[in-house]
Amino acid sequence: MSQLLPASVRDNGTVGDRIVNDFCITFSTVNGSGSATANTILLKSLFRMGIPVNGKNIFPSNIQGLPTWYSIRLSKKGYLARVEMDHLVVAMNPATLATEMKFLVPGGVLFYPDDFKLDIERDDVVLYPMPVKRLVKEADAPQNLRDYMANMVYVGVVAQMLGIDLDVVYQVLDAHFKGKKKAVDSNWQVILAAANWAKENLVKCDPYYVEPMPPLEGYIITEGNVASALGAIYGGVQLTAWYPITPASSLAESVMEYLPSLRTDPDTGKATSVVIQAEDEIAAIGMAVGAGWAGLRAMTSTSGPGISLMAEYLGLAYFAEVPVVVWDVQRVGPSTGLPTRTAQGDLTFVNFISHGDTEYVILLPGNVKECFEFGWKSFDIAERLQTPVLILTDLDLGMNYHISPRFDYPDQPMDRGKVLWEEDLQKILEKLDGKWGRYLDVDGDGIPYRTVPGNRHPASAYFARGTGHDEMTRYSEDPDVWERGLNRLRKKIHNNLHLLPEPVIERLEGAKFAIVGFGSTDPAIQEARDLLAEAGFPTDYMRIRSLPFRDEVCGFLHEYDRTYVVELNRDGQLKQLLTMNFSECGSRLRQVSHIDGMPITANWIKERILLMEGK
Amino acid sequence: MTTQATPRTQVNLAGLSRADYKGHNSTLCAGCGHNSISNQIIAALYELNVVPENVVKFSGIGCSSKSPTYFLNRSFGFNGLHGRMPSLALGALFADHTLKGIGISGDGDTASIGMGQFKHVMRRNLPMVYVVENNGVYGLTKGQFSATAEVGLELKRQGVNKYFPVDICMEALVSRASFVARSFAGDPKQVKEIFKAAFSHRGIAVIDIISPCVTFHNKEDSFHSYTWGKEHEIALHDITYVPAREEITVEDFEEGSTREVTLHDGATIVLKKLERDYDPTNIFEALRVLYEAEQNNWLLTGILYVNPDASTIFDMYNLPDTPLNRLPTEKLRPSRESLDQIMEQMKF
Repeated sequence: MSQLLPASVRDNGTVGDRIVNDFCITFSTVNGSGSATANTILLKSLFRMGIPVNGKNIFPSNIQGLPTWYSIRLSKKGYLARVEMDHLVVAMNPATLATEMKFLVPGGVLFYPDDFKLDIERDDVVLYPMPVKRLVKEADAPQNLRDYMANMVYVGVVAQMLGIDLDVVYQVLDAHFKGKKKAVDSNWQVILAAANWAKENLVKCDPYYVEPMPPLEGYIITEGNVASALGAIYGGVQLTAWYPITPASSLAESVMEYLPSLRTDPDTGKATSVVIQAEDEIAAIGMAVGAGWAGLRAMTSTSGPGISLMAEYLGLAYFAEVPVVVWDVQRVGPSTGLPTRTAQGDLTFVNFISHGDTEYVILLPGNVKECFEFGWKSFDIAERLQTPVLILTDLDLGMNYHISPRFDYPDQPMDRGKVLWEEDLQKILEKLDGKWGRYLDVDGDGIPYRTVPGNRHPASAYFARGTGHDEMTRYSEDPDVWERGLNRLRKKIHNNLHLLPEPVIERLEGAKFAIVGFGSTDPAIQEARDLLAEAGFPTDYMRIRSLPFRDEVCGFLHEYDRTYVVELNRDGQLKQLLTMNFSECGSRLRQVSHIDGMPITANWIKERILLMEGK
Repeated sequence: MTTQATPRTQVNLAGLSRADYKGHNSTLCAGCGHNSISNQIIAALYELNVVPENVVKFSGIGCSSKSPTYFLNRSFGFNGLHGRMPSLALGALFADHTLKGIGISGDGDTASIGMGQFKHVMRRNLPMVYVVENNGVYGLTKGQFSATAEVGLELKRQGVNKYFPVDICMEALVSRASFVARSFAGDPKQVKEIFKAAFSHRGIAVIDIISPCVTFHNKEDSFHSYTWGKEHEIALHDITYVPAREEITVEDFEEGSTREVTLHDGATIVLKKLERDYDPTNIFEALRVLYEAEQNNWLLTGILYVNPDASTIFDMYNLPDTPLNRLPTEKLRPSRESLDQIMEQMKF
């Protein structure tokens, strides 16, 4: 099939201005065909060329056969949110061609295998057919690998047509297969053959180009779940109990991947951290709570349905004052919902989780660097406050590749909190005339001292329970004891909010209103602020990073007549919590809810806010 | 001149008196089978010279689950959630593998809400004694059927039970528990001897103890009553637990009528033949005698199954000798250089 030129090119004989390092390319494939490797290699090659990139995997809840998309956005300005339209599409799945065409911009580019029956009505698209079958056959790939190799054809063709440095592609390929020569060579052969074929047979008639930029010094590329796992490991996690669930599985799996090299004691050759796959999420949190109670840095990782199951245990951990860290990599709910799509719909649930009066420390990382940082800090906070810490990320942050400044090594020593071993206990007993009790507020900060099993001091033991207890851990139904205990739990957390990450506040000259958000929406909000400023609406911005809210949050809200709260849920959950906490600001908050399961875009935020501004 | 002898408290080999093993006063009903079990646990641990600080107690929710407060005040304990004691115990025991767990559960806590965790802790072979104080009824909510209640049991306000009962020992066996026993709270000597053997076993040791509820479920003709139990108990064997350091005296156990099982720590359980010869290392035999007992309406008691050599969960992990919860922080945070290395790798 011959190459077709878009009408504009045919009529004018020109391609138009070059568009360099500022476009989106989407790969449409069939789930299970092995396209992830091909897409990741292209993404990382672009990153290695110094171009800010972000990859978003839009995949089905399926192992094999359903359509899947991977979008790479290149942005020389460093905008890393999703965009709504594609500039180039690599269509490897004939079943979704019509969908692809809906999102391809005028003048856009379509790469496709030359045996596809193209049935498109648009004449404003550059068509690049690729002889996929022939090139794979010529590469003499084994039958069982031909589908995978087919993806390498588009790596080669796209690299050639956009100007991606093939040497860099080779380096990334080599790193991807960890230097396994056979895998590297067989893939490279196909990529090279495809690139050469494109060079000889395709005439470039689209405006999209890749050009190297100054190296992104000090930057890395990784997924949020990997960053979270590393954070936990550098935070000294000792027990991880988990149950498989999308999109959280790769968090615990990354812990397992890194533990042998990072947490084997060089002196003894023994493991200093264990991972247990539990029978369900109730058992997973149960194991983590048991371990936390007994003095281990313990955690579990899950998503919405698992969090629902963990409700009862979290209430027990709150009330019995057990440190434990729980990761919730959010997906779309309610119910099973959309397991492979992203959302921020668990915020109010985890804030109020479990019956009775409860309250939780919640951390809200907004990028992979914070996944790492909050990963280790969460244990310090949990052990200092003797309480569960929940960390909310989401599928977009957790499972997609993000570029990021390198992670900083923890800048504080571990804080193991008020734990008494034998000698400490002896000292405190002497100081208090023998009157130490597990729930006694000795220091007046609401945080008692605790002992842990394994302490052999005869006065160390106590009986932990979810039932009413006094300061000395005795069962009690006394009304005063109950009230006193519950109030101390509140004081314990609220007296120590300075331990939690403060909100990030950014301002622009002349801002008339503000935007508030949290988590993975940050890149889209940042870009939207630039778009709004260009349209004459400079904004201030607060990204909340923890709950309960610190004082800065309240102060910020008071400054503006109008604050748009941007979040990925239907009911405006952050806005609800802000209204509840700062009722005097409630009427000034405006809900901006994005709920279709896709990562939010800057354009959508800008349009929605302008609409609500009456523009 | 006469001298008055100083009253001396009797102590065991650990230098502890019986009082060192006591708990708070029971708040269960007078005559409750659970209290008798608590007392036998105290007696067994005293006789075994166990240091209370080396034990951790766990329980779920229900009358049974209150009882860990009635023994071993000097041991840590955690009264957790209904049916979820096994996961709590598993996590806690990983903190210090030198500790021994004692879990106290009930028939509701184990066979109804907790069936899943019960079976999974069996297959993981967590080293702890798992006692089920089994009375076939929910006591703390005032008398509803539990999953171990027999078909046809009639309870005030509940009517007649229609469903087939769960046999906890059978469930434990098919889940590959490495020690399974049944006893009767009305037979305190046997409870004590079985508990001693269970405590010495390295692995999960399940003891299903029929423990009558005197308030809600003690009809004379009922499986979970004292009267029925006393009339229908058939012991598989007389059990004597012999600690590793004591010799077995021949005159007590005539040649040919006993069977010995050596436990992991070198202690021995001597099973004295009653009417039948029984091999407690044969899982098929264990299932067969349980089925036979059910068919014949017997309360069959004794050590049904033991596999002293089964790997425990701790054998499956490469744990250091130092308990995990005693590792200093420098063992827990990898080096700065290691992070630099990972950051280099992530440039691709």
